[in-house]
Order: sequence, then structure tokens, then C-alpha cells
Amino acid sequence: MTDATNPTDAANSTNAGDSAGRTDSAARTGSTDQADSTARAGSDSRTPSRRSLIGWGGAGLALGAAAAGGAVAATRSGDDVEPTAAGAGAAVAFHGTHQAGIATPVQDRLHFAAFDVKTTDRAAFVQLLKDWTEAARRMTAGHAVGEGAYGGLAEAPPDDTGEALGLKPSRLTLTIGFGPSLFERFDLADRRPQALVELPKFAGDNLDGNRSGGDLCVQACADDPQVAVHAIRNLARIGFGKVVVRWSQLGFGKTSSTTPEAQTPRNLMGFKDGTRNIAGTETDRLKKFVWVEEKDGPAWMTGGSYLVARRIRMNIETWDRTSLQEQEDIFGRDKGEGAPVGKAKERDKPFLKAMKPDAHVRLAHPDTNAGATLLRRGYSFTDGTDGLGRLDAGLFFLAYQRDVRKGFIPVQRSLAPDALNEYIQHVGSAIFAIPPGVRDKDDWWGRALFSKDPKEA
Amino acid sequence: MRAVRLSVTAAATVAALAAVTGCTEKSDASGDDRVVEVTATDTKCEVSKKEFPAGHVQIDVTNKGSKVTEVYLLFPDDRIVTERENIGPGTSQKVTAEVKAGDYRIACKPGMKGKGIRQDVKATGTGKVAERDPRLDAAVASYREYAQEQADETLPKAKVFTDAVKAGDIEAAKKAYADSRIGWERTEPVAESFGDIDPKVDLREDGLEEGQDLEKDWTGWHRLERSLWKDKKLTDRDSELADQLVKDLEDWQNRVGKAEITPTSMANGAKELLDEVATGKVTGEEERYSHTDLVDFKANVEGAEKSYELLKPVASENDAALTKELDTQFAALDTLLDKYRKDKNSYEFTSYDKVGKADRKELSDAVNALAEPLSKLAAAVVK
Repeated sequence: MTDATNPTDAANSTNAGDSAGRTDSAARTGSTDQADSTARAGSDSRTPSRRSLIGWGGAGLALGAAAAGGAVAATRSGDDVEPTAAGAGAAVAFHGTHQAGIATPVQDRLHFAAFDVKTTDRAAFVQLLKDWTEAARRMTAGHAVGEGAYGGLAEAPPDDTGEALGLKPSRLTLTIGFGPSLFERFDLADRRPQALVELPKFAGDNLDGNRSGGDLCVQACADDPQVAVHAIRNLARIGFGKVVVRWSQLGFGKTSSTTPEAQTPRNLMGFKDGTRNIAGTETDRLKKFVWVEEKDGPAWMTGGSYLVARRIRMNIETWDRTSLQEQEDIFGRDKGEGAPVGKAKERDKPFLKAMKPDAHVRLAHPDTNAGATLLRRGYSFTDGTDGLGRLDAGLFFLAYQRDVRKGFIPVQRSLAPDALNEYIQHVGSAIFAIPPGVRDKDDWWGRALFSKDPKEA
Repeated sequence: MRAVRLSVTAAATVAALAAVTGCTEKSDASGDDRVVEVTATDTKCEVSKKEFPAGHVQIDVTNKGSKVTEVYLLFPDDRIVTERENIGPGTSQKVTAEVKAGDYRIACKPGMKGKGIRQDVKATGTGKVAERDPRLDAAVASYREYAQEQADETLPKAKVFTDAVKAGDIEAAKKAYADSRIGWERTEPVAESFGDIDPKVDLREDGLEEGQDLEKDWTGWHRLERSLWKDKKLTDRDSELADQLVKDLEDWQNRVGKAEITPTSMANGAKELLDEVATGKVTGEEERYSHTDLVDFKANVEGAEKSYELLKPVASENDAALTKELDTQFAALDTLLDKYRKDKNSYEFTSYDKVGKADRKELSDAVNALAEPLSKLAAAVVK
């Protein structure tokens, strides 16, 4: 596992005959690509190969635009094309103080997976975190995992599963989190943050153990669902034998935004929700409500955050039979514009007392909750129908906060009398400590947690 | 990777020949005495030469017939040296192989059926053949022996089962059923390599093709399984099916020794056995009436372990981390399976319908934990 996912190790353990073979194959690939680029006079030599463009929607157009603009899109064909930072398909930087995928402008699609740790070998688990980090580093940059999806040994399965070949990085972010149960392993109990509490039982919860908890989570967000699915699939594959997927969730249609857009996206009930979400540019609010500071402790969490994930099933059919007036009363906003009760525009400051006492916005608003504020990154989900012909759909709620005890818990408690509760049910739940970002190419997910002295790490 | 290595050898050979004759290198291989041109039609299989030097040989096939064809280079005992399937009408394919001096046959199979149209050919001289690690040759030989043993030991057990069926003794037949399948399940990839035996003996109800009749065309163990556990009665048809099963298994026993086995096919066969577990046994689909899935499961793992143990001396040199991981995961899966076993040597396993959802997931996780590194064994063997 280790060798196969680490290009350096693989190269070292390869004998001369093999190297020759690989070089030969790489050279052939290279020359084909070169021929293609030559054919497009004036295009940048780093323009994606034709092969890598196959599968792009409207490939001809996309290519023309890319070449004309001089833009360089990253490819997944295994060549060393560096992605640009701009554009919808571009790459989001993997390294940083904080993990990407929190304050990053919300992408269109989600594949979220919770894992259980199977191995009892600490070194093996640490190696997995390193292998995952390397794979995440490559995939977020738009590259294939390991030695790629083709061109290797014909008799062996390729390192990369290949379904993202030719797709752009699509702003893929991969964000890892550690669940409370992880700290029961590997002598980590004394490192468990106090803020990483078990969530209390909330009124109306109907939690399914098979959709809850987990030692680890990985949130994959991307503008292309295939890119997000590819990322989780490859991490799961690298993890076989050490971790197993406990549950996972696909999401679409972001239901909140971390960019101050003119329009807040709508949830499956057709309403705008989370208008005052924290924007990725609001450094002050991020600092105050999202990022863990050194004084919050423990040291290894500095720069991290806490994530609450809730699978919220909507009773879509009964909601759709509810009168417009009642729907608007329940949310405390109008359906068309999204304006708070008595106001004209979505972003007008809500006058909470004008809303019904059990209106969702009124109960969820920071003013009702001693200022408690969450960064929300939720997605809609539809997992087909439930066997009774009802849409199995709802909101996969993801909220990041500096301290769950001051964030999600008080807000969710104050939502107990929420009129919306008649139409929703929380069926899955998990909480994770989100460690700080991977700083550079030598760093790895969770290094500070697994190092003897996190300050020296 | 082997293909690459072979072509390197071939290039060296060609260069050496050029040096001797003083010729410049030929870029067009068609004049090369190492290229055999084969023209396949619906009724003929014409070869451009009947003798070529031992070492690297290239077969250029052109299908001028109206049917899809396939071409084989065979040893005199019908073992396959190399083959290429699905050569469409009007298309050409190149097939390469490395052969020692001796007699061979080239066979074209129009319609990809039957024994094909054959031509005797001969490789002459002392052309170099890339040496294979003798330990791998030994591994292949041992595995071939193992596959034969499994078939030999299966026949009497199968007869116990089929005799009970024919005697109308449902209880005795039920008791003998799972046991009669162990040898087969251990070496299934070898049996599957023949293509025609597997569907006769191990087909499940859902494996029937469109137009096939459930009562007429469905034969083998699982058909009898249905009679025993679901229909709970044995008829004359079941007696016929019992005889047919023995006949088909005898066919397997006779042919298993001729199977084409290579170190990589052993490695990938081990992985395929785990795939069988992952797709058929863990779900309970394989033995849907008898629920003896865990017996097949164990046999599949044993067969995979046998391949692995034989290849391990070479694989561990090339990739020690991989074999360490495989040792760990084989042991973990064996330990887990033992939980469902009457005792360590027994093949009495818990009925799979009694294995709960959480336990099935645990089994599935253990299979994935083993199958994923096992898929890397072939690479470690041929490095």
C-alpha cells in the first residue's frame, strides 16, 4: 500500500528493467501529447493533451477558450501541468494555516465519508495519514494518485481509479476530521479536545447508527461530482485494511454560501436559508466564530475548527402540500425574495419580533442565541426514494465552529420549538475535530496530534 | 511489464542479427523471418512460413473472413502459448510471444468456436528465451499440482453428493452438498479459464442468459441446491442433473492439468477468488437456498492463500511491505472466519442467514482489507 501510493518508494524499489519499461511508456505518452500540442499552433506547450480533454463537456469550445486566453488548465493525465488558481475548474491551494474546504467558496458538489479505524497499529495509521495527505495533495491539484491510471504494469491494477482523467481540478478540496471515538485509540485520550463533546440528544432526533459517528471524516467538495466521488473512492481504496467506510453522503446544490453573493442558494424546501452565513473573506468573524485559537487548546488544534454533520431528512411531500402562507411563516421569510417578515429585500436586517415565535429564522438567529454563529456549508441530498414512494431527500447540514458548545449545541437546543420540525427529522449525526491545515509538502494531516510534543511538531 | 521486457530482448536480437549480416536495421518488420503472417478466413488459416527461429516471434493476423476470429499459438498438448481474441472481419492484429525451439501449432477459430483450423509450425535453432526466475517456474508447477489434487479429491465427494440425490435422500444430499464444492471453490479461476465448464456446474439462477430455459438449461450444483432447500423434493430430473454434474466435473478433472498457468495468473487468480467472496458470498447470493456461503468463502480464501504462499518467496524480495501486509490480512481474515466455524479443522460453518448485518459488514471489511493489497501481488511477482 505504502509503496504503491508513494511514487518515490515505488521508483526506488523498481529494478532497472522496470524503469526502462516505465520510461519508455512515459516517453510514448509524452510524444503523443507533444504532437497534439504542436498541431495547435501558438498554444501553450502546457495546454492539456487532447486525450485529457476527451470527456470535457463541449471539449472543442473549452479548448478554444483555454488556448485563446492563454489559460492553463490542469489535467489528470499524469503530466506535470500546474493548475492555475483562477476559474471554475481551477485548483484550490492544499497547503495553508487552515484546511481548505471550510472558508473556501462553497463548491457545487459534495462527497462526505465517515470512516472507522480498523488497525490497532499506530505506525500503520500514521502512515495512512501520510499516504492520504500525499494523495489529497495530488488530487486537489488535478493529478492522478500515485503512478496514475494507466501506463503502468499491464498485469496490475493502476494506482488511480481513472474516472477523473481529463477532468479539471474543479476546485476540489479535501478536509479531514477526527471523531471523538478516535481518541479512544492509540493512547490519544489525553489529547482529546474538551470542545469535542458528544452531542446531546436533541428533541426530535431519530438517529440511525449506520449514518452517525465515525473515527474520521473526509469532506470532499468540488464543482464536478465525479471529481468529488473520485477523491473519496481513492482515499477509501488506499485505506482498505486500516480504515473502513462507515457511512457516506453525496450532496448537491449547496444550501449556503461562503461568498457574499447576490442570491443565497435555496434548500429543497425552496427557501433561502443562511443569508448571513460567514463569508470566506470575513476574517474577523472567521477568527471569532470558526478558527480555534491557541488559548482554546489543545495546542494541536490551533488553526483548526469543529464540524457538526447532520443528515436532516425532509418530509418533502407534506411540505409541498403546505400553504404558501404557512411555509413563509415557518421560515420567517418570503419565498420569492427571501426577505425577512415585513422587509423588502433578502439582506434587510430581520426584525425578529415581527416573526411568529416558532419561526425558523427567529429561533436560529444569533440574536436569539447570545450571538452564537456557525459557518454553514450544507448541501441538499436526494438518495432516491424510501420504499414508500417518498423522496429520501433533505439537507446534509455541515457547520464549522470554534466551539460546538457555543455554536451548534445552543442553536439546536433553541430550535426545539421550531415550526419547521414538523417537516424535518434529524436522522444522522456526527462531530469531528478538524485539525489545522497542512503547512507544506513535508507536513501531513494530523501530524501535530500524533507527534510527541505538538509544539515541536 | 513482461511485454516490455520481451520487446527489449527482441530488439537486441534483431540488432545482433543485423551486425552479423552487415545489413542496416530494417524498419519494416514484414521481411523479418521472425514474423509469421497469418491470413484467416472462415475456412482457412494460412501461414506465411512454417518455420521460424526460436526466441521472439510475431504473428501478424489478418482476418479476411466474414466472422470474428481468434488466433492461438499452441503447444502440441494444446496448452496456450499466446492468443488474441475478437479479431473482427477485415481487421489485423499483432500477437507476440517468446518460444523455445520445438513444435507448435497456430490455430484460427472463425466465429471463436470449436477447436479451430490448425497449422503445424516449428521453431528452430537456439534463439534466446528470456529466463524466468526458476522459483516462479516451481511455483507454477506446484500450483498446477494443487489444482489437479483439488479436482481429484473433489470427484469422490461429488459422487457422495450425487449418489444421495439419486437415492432421493434429501438429508444426506444436503449434508454432502457444501463439502462437494470445496475443491472447486479453492481453484475456481483455473476452472473458469476453460470457459465452458464453469457455467455448467456453478451457474446461479440469475446467470442464465436471455432465451435460456430455467428448467432445461440450468444445470449444476446450484440447480440441485434449489431442489434440496427450496423445492424440498427430488425428481427424475434431479437424478439426470446429478449424473451431468459428475460428467462435467470429470471433464474438469481431465483438463485441469492443461490449464495455462503463469505467475501473474496465479496472483490475479488469488485476487479473483477474493472478488468472488466480495461479490457473491458476502452478500449471501451464492448459496441463497442452502446458506452455506461461509464454506465457499473459506475455500476461496484457502485457494488464494495457496497461490500467495507459492509466490511469496519472490514477491517478498520485490515488495516486503506488501507481503507483510498480506500475511497480516490473511491471518486476520482466517481468524475472523474461525469465529463462524465449529472447530479449526471443520468445514461446518454458521449458516449465513444467521449472520447479522453488522457481522456481514465486518466480513466484507476484512475481505476488502485483503483483496486490495492482493491486487498488487501480480506486480510484485513480475517486477
